[in-house]
Amino acid sequence: MTIWKTPLGRRAVLKGSTAALATLAAPSILRGAEPAPIKVGVLQPITGALAMDGEFGRTGAEFAIADVNAAGGIKSLGGAKLEMVFGDARSNPEAGTQEVERMQSEGVVAVVGGFASGICLAASQTAARYDLPYIVDVGVSDQIVQRGLKNTFRFGPGFGTCARTAFDNLARINEAAGKPAKTVVLVHEDGLFGSGLAKVMQQELPKLGFEILDTIAVPTPSRDLSNVVLRLRSLNPDLVIPSTYYGETVLLARTMQQQRVRPKGVYGVLNGAASNTRFVKEFPEAADKIMDCNHWYDPRKAAAQALIKAAAAAGKGWNYNLPLNYSCVGLLADALNRAGSTDRAKVNEALAASTWADHVMPYGPTKFVDGQNQGAAPVSLQVQEGAIRVIYPEAFSDAKPIFPARA
Amino acid sequence: MYSLPIVLEATLNGLLTGAIYALVALGLTLVYGVLHIINFAHGAFLTAAMFAVWMAVTFLGVDPYVAIPFLTIVFFAIGYGAQRFVIGPASHGDDGNILLVTLGLSIVIENILLAVFRADTRTITTDYAFEVVEIGPLLISQARLYGFLAAVVVSGLLWGLLTRTDTGKAIRAVAKEKLGASLVGIDVRHIYAVTFGLGCATLAVAACLLMPIFYVNPRVGQAFVLVAFTIVVLGGMGSIPGALAGGLFIGVVESLTGLFFGDSLGQIGIFIIFILVLLLRPSGLFGARA
Repeated sequence: MTIWKTPLGRRAVLKGSTAALATLAAPSILRGAEPAPIKVGVLQPITGALAMDGEFGRTGAEFAIADVNAAGGIKSLGGAKLEMVFGDARSNPEAGTQEVERMQSEGVVAVVGGFASGICLAASQTAARYDLPYIVDVGVSDQIVQRGLKNTFRFGPGFGTCARTAFDNLARINEAAGKPAKTVVLVHEDGLFGSGLAKVMQQELPKLGFEILDTIAVPTPSRDLSNVVLRLRSLNPDLVIPSTYYGETVLLARTMQQQRVRPKGVYGVLNGAASNTRFVKEFPEAADKIMDCNHWYDPRKAAAQALIKAAAAAGKGWNYNLPLNYSCVGLLADALNRAGSTDRAKVNEALAASTWADHVMPYGPTKFVDGQNQGAAPVSLQVQEGAIRVIYPEAFSDAKPIFPARA
Repeated sequence: MYSLPIVLEATLNGLLTGAIYALVALGLTLVYGVLHIINFAHGAFLTAAMFAVWMAVTFLGVDPYVAIPFLTIVFFAIGYGAQRFVIGPASHGDDGNILLVTLGLSIVIENILLAVFRADTRTITTDYAFEVVEIGPLLISQARLYGFLAAVVVSGLLWGLLTRTDTGKAIRAVAKEKLGASLVGIDVRHIYAVTFGLGCATLAVAACLLMPIFYVNPRVGQAFVLVAFTIVVLGGMGSIPGALAGGLFIGVVESLTGLFFGDSLGQIGIFIIFILVLLLRPSGLFGARA
């Protein structure tokens, strides 16, 4: 864990003085004795269809907890260490709910994670019954922050923001290339995430000058997408927009390769595979030139680079779940530190007032309005020569878009 | 709506998948035809076989097609043992009991698999999984084509076994008249177990053919067994040509419903047919007339 020294050192310096003060101010009973660890609930689906995403999320949370503890724990609480209480959401909302109930009975101070929108919705609702702070990592459904729950905070961007950014970026990439793409086919998973996104796209894409030829729903998990690819071949669109999870995206890309369906571009929106290093590594040909508008870390931040190295050193893969969950736990640690208490109402208050900038995402300091972090936004990525590059916005980009992918 | 090659290719895809469905249905219909029981553990045995293939590929590096003869023997033995030592003795001569025993067996097998392998969905990767054979404008997946050919060959072998060998004659004799068969010196319990073993062996073949194009998790068998029941009902209970024809037909129906109504609704067509057959022709296409 020596790699962690750089970002930790910086954080330790920042908070060192606060820590000293806190230790002095703490009642004598706390001084000297190691304070009781603070239990943090981490909810991720690590079995079932979403298992791989959940693993990335759990790894991110684990790294963050180790990081916070190595930097001296929660200073205002006498350097109390964070302790993970893990719950497997088993890729379905019911299991997510059960695990939140269990975490609640084990006395966690907050719950972080959820991954899928359906799980996040159900789990945060359950947490709300106990006024238990819930930090959503990925779940993008706008409903999550529209229920007026005082305990639910989403660090990452919501669906509306993602969709808007994705379409704007797409329109600009297309314009810059001389508008080669006019027709589009949407392929979406038939759950909350994919169907919701498809609905927004059907409204928004025509306004940007794209003609939607068809909208195809696929179940998760899908065993065979030959029929979908046959339809694509028959429709021959310029662009294919897949909003699917990992397995289906890989299957779609490989079946398209098999059936020689080669549109001018494949542009995922919050896609489960196009910005996953595993896909790029295992199927470089199928993944080549695929674009995706998704959560991504800020490559300019030293802490992000350190996290990538740590993940590689630990033999873990990399996708956005990892830095996102890493940051969500950091957000909680910051709130705990400012609250100076594990009282749920105070932690909720501290989260709501958060202006935290020490995360690894390209967001700027946090600012929550009705539970939604206002600065959160996705970026556009493209697989180029076996690496995932940021192609838009230019402020964060480390490569130029290759579009159209095929003449 | 779709051009001819597209519909043709979807139909062909359906035929190829249907052949593997037929193979799953074959074991079910054989066991029904001889033992006169509906084997609820069929799906669980298929799941177990698919996990066996997954393990052979993942841990031993064996190609799924190479694993066919080996797993066929193993699953024949498992099926033989299950009938001879568990299902047969537990039934005490009552068919109603057998139904419950196989149901119980399926729950036990599924939960053992769940405990050992967890609920994760697993797949295997082969070099040829996405290779194609070009026939004019059609691009046919190699793995499916192999599956189709193997399914046809296995059906043929099974048909040959039942019609041309002494064991086959004994199986048919037991199916027709149990008491008579035992009076002419056929060991009925042995034949029961052989039949059940054959049913399981076809599942092992089906599992080897399925894994290159499918995934496995502890509940995967149930999806197939529902389709297999539909095929058995459609083809006629106990009929081997019926299972083959029914499987191909159901495969095409599923593929075309998927093409025209979307994959989320792909299975609707199958179950509409199931209900229609039960309503209009309960003996099935090739079933003996009542």
